[in-house]
Amino acid sequence: MTVRLPESVADEIRRHGEEAYPAECCGALVGRVAGEVKEVVRLEPAVNRRTDDPHRYLISPDDVRRLEAGLKSEGLEIVGYYHSHPDHPAVPSAFDADHAWPWYSYVIVRVDGGRGADLASWVLDVELPRMHPESLEVPSEV
Amino acid sequence: MPVTVSIPTPLRSFTGGHDAVELAGTTVGEVLDGLLATHAGLKRHLVQDDGRLRTFVNLYLNDTDIRHLSSTATPVSEGDVLTIVPSIAGGRPAVATELPKLAHAEILRYSRHLLLPEVGVEGQRKLKATRVLAIGAGGLGSPLSLYLAAAGVGTIGIVDFDVVDLTNLQRQIVHGTATLGTPKLQSAKARLIDLNPNVNVETHETRLTAANALEILREYDIVVDGTDNFPTRYLVNDACVLLGKPNVYGSIFRFEGQASLFYSKEGPCYRCLYAEPPPPGLVPSCAEGGVLGVLPGIIGSIQALETIKWIIGAGDSLVGRLLLFDALKLRFRELKLRKDPDCPICGTNPTIHELIDYEAFCGIGAEPDYSGLEISVEEFRKEREAKGDDLVLIDVREPHEWEIAHIDGARLIPLGQLPDRLGELDGHAEIVTQCHKGGRSMKALEILRGAGFGKVRNLAGGIDAWAERIEPGMARY
Repeated sequence: MTVRLPESVADEIRRHGEEAYPAECCGALVGRVAGEVKEVVRLEPAVNRRTDDPHRYLISPDDVRRLEAGLKSEGLEIVGYYHSHPDHPAVPSAFDADHAWPWYSYVIVRVDGGRGADLASWVLDVELPRMHPESLEVPSEV
Repeated sequence: MPVTVSIPTPLRSFTGGHDAVELAGTTVGEVLDGLLATHAGLKRHLVQDDGRLRTFVNLYLNDTDIRHLSSTATPVSEGDVLTIVPSIAGGRPAVATELPKLAHAEILRYSRHLLLPEVGVEGQRKLKATRVLAIGAGGLGSPLSLYLAAAGVGTIGIVDFDVVDLTNLQRQIVHGTATLGTPKLQSAKARLIDLNPNVNVETHETRLTAANALEILREYDIVVDGTDNFPTRYLVNDACVLLGKPNVYGSIFRFEGQASLFYSKEGPCYRCLYAEPPPPGLVPSCAEGGVLGVLPGIIGSIQALETIKWIIGAGDSLVGRLLLFDALKLRFRELKLRKDPDCPICGTNPTIHELIDYEAFCGIGAEPDYSGLEISVEEFRKEREAKGDDLVLIDVREPHEWEIAHIDGARLIPLGQLPDRLGELDGHAEIVTQCHKGGRSMKALEILRGAGFGKVRNLAGGIDAWAERIEPGMARY
């Protein structure tokens, strides 16, 4: 599948990563699926429940339930999640792959010395316990 | 009884696109087994190899996380909805170059560790990078600091302010006869560095208090509690919760021990287990009640083991479990511990946000003023010479203590028997109560005064003070 992320939403992910730096930020990608494309409509920033280790993030099940609760009536759903890698490439770690769910898109933003940089989207390879990149389109808005 | 299992979007490809599945079963576990049997593709995403739920997979029965119910043993009934809720976790990898390298001599020293895939070079480097704080260099602190040093933990901090005493050496194996009379920190540091010169030993020669605990603990990754008293145990717990550090707990008494890993981010803390301390004096210390010397060796070693496992991330930790050991029966038992949502420090609405007065919390220092009720050993000898048998000395220790040593002319009435044997005593007599060091005899004094005995005093310092100052030939223990 392709993930389509409006430029304003991509910028918002970078900003969230900059605010959380040097810790990691995290949140949900809210949108809808149209054929082979996941259209992200907006972000739902989440609270990182891991405060002991700046190299980890956790969105609690209660937070996930709260996020999801309001979406159905809007005809939207969570199509993936995003998090930041402070001073580290936008490539999933073994820890990311170990904890990944199938189908969800995992967008990672690299934050270099406090500045949001490149983004990439990854999805779990269901057969192998690892993630592979998926196509990420960031259309500019008019 | 059909139960509805609600399937989250990411897993629907394994249920033919269905967002819910109807299954029969009487417990959550049975329903889950049924789900995995009919949709085998879900297995690797929901459970580990040992069949337990993966840590980031959450099951809600209607609106409650089953971890707050009876986990997979929770009964279900018709119409219930079981929802699989993902928690989302991840993060960038720890940067390998941040871990210290191992020199050739270290690789050889730790070769038996490096052969274990669970430790390996990475685990050994993690051990080297870690800073562990041991509270106390006594019975528990001895074996745990020895094993942590031998294992190659990079920095070991120790808090203690005591001096090595002959009565310590029956169990405190980090010290020796050669270091009798020297500070425990100095004695332990020398032994640990002899065992492994690669270890950096940091000493904190102070009593841990609410004023200094956060400052000292903050500098360490994990804290191992080897204290022998309740105020310090609550202090260590609270400081660890406030700082978000894991606290490896151990305690011993006579033939029994306990161990757990309190880590409030993942499980309960000491206050979830024991909300209130016992009344002062109810639980005797090792100095009063005795302890089999091997016991701290076992419990302290378990603490070292849990510390090392936590550092290298291997196996199942004692988080949420209380291990109980009975040395006489040679039996280990295990209790499941739950995080108390009402816990005053790690619950959902904590009321404790900073360290408190732990002596007061444990009821220590709030005792009545006993001045005038005590008599010194010198004064007692003088009065005894004048009054003879009119001054009755009651020894409230146990018979096996009496056998070690006793004061001539004393009467043995163990504290536990005293309330039933008051009839043996003359209500008008002048009585002096006596024990080992003066604690139990003060309780005996309270019992006697409460029963109407008017002329009762306590022998300050007990038989130990007597042996030290009056009868130097007497055995001390």
